[in-house]
Formats: sequence, structure tokens, C-alpha cells
Amino acid sequence: MSDHSHSHPTPGLYVLIVLALFVGTCLTWGIAFIDLGIWNPVVALTIAVVKALLVILFFMHVYYSNRLTKLTVAAGFFWLLIMISMSLSDYMTRTFLPQ
Amino acid sequence: MPTEKVRRFPLSTSQTTTTEHPALAHQFDSMEQQQDASTFGMWVFLLTEIMMFGGLFTAYLIYRIKYYPAFVAGSTSISVSWGFANTLVLIGSSFTMAMAVWAAQKGKRNAQVWFLIGTMVLGAAFLGVKAKEYYDKFDECHIPGHVIGKGFNTWGGCSATDKSLGNIAEEIRDPKHGNPNIPEVSADQTAKQTEIFFSFYFAMTGLHAFHMLIGLGLLAWLTLRAKSGEFGPRYYTPVELGGLYWHFVDIVWIFLFPLLYLISRHQHGV
Repeated sequence: MSDHSHSHPTPGLYVLIVLALFVGTCLTWGIAFIDLGIWNPVVALTIAVVKALLVILFFMHVYYSNRLTKLTVAAGFFWLLIMISMSLSDYMTRTFLPQ
Repeated sequence: MPTEKVRRFPLSTSQTTTTEHPALAHQFDSMEQQQDASTFGMWVFLLTEIMMFGGLFTAYLIYRIKYYPAFVAGSTSISVSWGFANTLVLIGSSFTMAMAVWAAQKGKRNAQVWFLIGTMVLGAAFLGVKAKEYYDKFDECHIPGHVIGKGFNTWGGCSATDKSLGNIAEEIRDPKHGNPNIPEVSADQTAKQTEIFFSFYFAMTGLHAFHMLIGLGLLAWLTLRAKSGEFGPRYYTPVELGGLYWHFVDIVWIFLFPLLYLISRHQHGV
């Protein structure tokens, strides 16, 4: 197993990441004014997830971290997804059956 | 038993000559182990933060589904341009923070201090814009409750806004214009529901701004320590962990921006 805990990203990579984040922000802002029907929230949140991943992996160095840190971060977001998906699957399906 | 890994107290001088660093706490074998433990601890703290903001996000989404027209009306009344500008400012501050950590790793003391100061300037700019947005909401009587300002007012009459929240919500409920699936509720109920949107808006952005204030305090403290030359290639954990906190606050905003400002610009059913 190769341990990346001693390698670090370079300023050049940070510049690339921040430019990608700026592009993502402009993109999500522009798309908000285009009518995509129900896809507006989906596209906006997809861009947000990609931006968050770039911040977590590179600015927060998770890509270069040891396995314990990676597992910890993944467990946290997994739990967050459980909370959101299970809560919404309840509230969104309450009207499926006649009252 | 690998005796060379056992640290006895008090340390003998022979053990301290090569690797001992003044910042190494006695319970750790090495600086690397200490940093790994600190990073793990910081992430566990951030996970509790994720769950706290996550609870607010979940509640917001549930109420948005339930009170869709009112939430669209509330969301279209906040300024996308200011939110967009603030997103760019906050991402910029994350970049300077990442560079501050890099400068600390490389032992560049001046660069480190300037990147930290740059991060604080951008963070303060974000809070300034936020204050302007809050003042606009105060001016439009969109502060929930009746304690602050002139009280919440959905139907206009507080300031010279051309379209009241109540009218926007009514329009979305109109089957000719919007979604026919949205159940009939009285106009007064719609008014109450826009107040709920603004309760979420202020709770979420307020909690986020509070985290920024704490972050600014941490950055000021880190700047003073960086100025004294405390951090270098072997010890920069405080800057690294301060960075983790700052980037986390950035991530929260990356989700707040689309959820509060963007996704309700077009009025469609859920």
C-alpha cells in the first residue's frame, strides 16, 4: 500500500482547482436562469456536489490522506445521505396512498 | 518487544537529540503520528458539523416540498447577484487558505502571513455582503416574527417592492400559470408559509455566518502564531486544521447557494 501522507499538492494544482470552482459557480448561476423544468434543481445540486468534491479532495487534502481519514470522511457523508434520503423518501411518498 | 518505540518519562537526552520537536506532545511517538491523530480528531468534529447543517438542509427540503409556492416566492425575493458574488469571494478565500497551508509546509513565513491575511479580508468581505443582504430583508419586512423591524409582511406595504411575496405565491398556485397539483390553501396560510422560508433562510445563513466569525477569530490567532515563525515543514498542524475548518464552511455555502438562491428560479412542480 502506498501511503500519500507525505506528498502534497502544488500551488499550480490549487490554481487549477480554484479556476474549476469559479467555472462551476458561473455555470450553475447561468443555468439557473434557463428553464430546464424539474432538471433545474438536479443540475444545480450536481454541480454543487462536484465543487464540494474538489474542495474536499484537494483543498482539504483528503486525496493525499491516509486510509483512516478517507474512511472517516466517507462514513460521514454516507450517514448524511442516509439522513436525507430516508427522511425525504418518507415525506415524498406520504400522499401515494389514499388517505 | 520493539524497545526503540517505547518512550519513557522523563526522556533521556540521547532520545531527544535527533527528532524531538518542541510541539511534540508526550503521548505521541512522532510528529507524523501526532498530525495523523489531530487530523482524524478534526474530521470527527467536522462530521458532527455536517450532521448539524445536514439536519437543517433536510428540514428545508421537506418544507420546500410541502410549501412549494411560498418557498419559490421567498427564494425569488433574495438577490442572486449578491449570492453569486459571495460564492466567488468565499471560493477565493478557500484558495488563499490552501495556499497559506502550502506556505506553512514550505516554511515560507511571510507568504504564510499574507495568505492568512488575504483569507481574512475575503472572509470579512463575504460577511459584509451578507450584512447588506440582511439589511435589504429588514428593509422589505422579510424578517420572520414581529420582534425585529416592523414585523413580517408578505403582502407588501412595508417598502416599495413592486411585487409582494403573497402575489408571487398566488401566481404560482394559479393553475393557468403554474402547477395545478398544488393544493388549495388560503392566502393567509401562504403568507405564513413564506415566513417559514425566511426562518430557514436566516437560520441557515446565520449559522453559516456565525461559523465564519469563529473562522475569522481562528485565522487571526493563526496569523499571530505564523508571524512568530512557529510553523514549518515539520509542524504546521494548526494551519492545516484551521484550513479544514475554513474549507468546511466553504462547502456549506456551496450547497446553501443553489438551495436558497438558485433552484426556485423556475416555477415547476416538485
